[in-house]
Amino acid sequence: MKIRVNGEDYETSQQTLSGLLEEMKVRSGRVAVEVNLKVIKRADTADYPINEGDVIEVVNFVGGGDGR
Amino acid sequence: MEDKLIVGGIEFKSRLWVGTGKYRDFDETARAVEASGADVVTVAVRRVNITDRKTANLLDYIDPKKYKILPNTAGCYNVEDALRYSRLAREAGVSDMIKLEVIGDEKTLFPDTIGLLKATEELAKEGFIVFPYTNDDPIMAKRLENAGAAAVMPLGAPIGSGLGIRNPYNIKIILEAAKVPVLVDAGVGTASDATIAMELGCDAVLINTAIADAKDPIAMAEAMKHAVIAGRLSFKAGRMGKKLYATASSPFDGML
Repeated sequence: MKIRVNGEDYETSQQTLSGLLEEMKVRSGRVAVEVNLKVIKRADTADYPINEGDVIEVVNFVGGGDGR
Repeated sequence: MEDKLIVGGIEFKSRLWVGTGKYRDFDETARAVEASGADVVTVAVRRVNITDRKTANLLDYIDPKKYKILPNTAGCYNVEDALRYSRLAREAGVSDMIKLEVIGDEKTLFPDTIGLLKATEELAKEGFIVFPYTNDDPIMAKRLENAGAAAVMPLGAPIGSGLGIRNPYNIKIILEAAKVPVLVDAGVGTASDATIAMELGCDAVLINTAIADAKDPIAMAEAMKHAVIAGRLSFKAGRMGKKLYATASSPFDGML
């Protein structure tokens, strides 16, 4: 199934968000995930289904002070 | 002497808050934060690099158990983005704190205070502990407070400019009217600037570039730590009055 992750095309056979994060080797405890502009609660990632064409953003904390 | 800083119900050990941007590497970031004595650090929210998972994570160097993590909405130029980043930050982190920035212009990085007020109002309703980065405008500071901000963070000078506290009188007016803590955010260039902010009566100072861009960031972090402590003590001690002419501090009695 074709989806978009962080602005890139991504092909996966994973059915859930937690499966996808695992496939991408992302530690789920330190990220936040948005599916089609909806922020997903951390507790909900395990069962959250992924569908063809979903637009997913995976973010974490990086160094920063102000601005940019 | 107990002199706790409590903002939004959270107790902070240090009145120096530091950013984590612009350092050479995470190791330098960690050493500078340690040297600063700060117990709160600001971070930005950005996409995870999903193609190269070997890249290190900031939180491997800055332990969230030891430091309070204050995410910012840096880079957001409108209310929608600021709300989106705030909600993501809350889910990625461990607290409801958000350093809210709605930037108005790329060249000055001055806040878009109209957008800032709207975003503050909305996020406060959603239960966030909002720290808005604002202008040194006393009226806007009051509006933000009324909109539910947990503190107000007026700039001393433009972000990353190092120009110091350019309008101490406005900061003073903000302080007189504020019922929430006031933190100077942005503009501090060197240790004496931090002291000036604290001597005015500010509750804390947030510094990033002045430390990260110093020739020796670790030494500057330590200098800032002492500068903030000195400024706070000086404020609480209450300075002497200024006089035009000299006043001898040695007694006349007993002179030959």
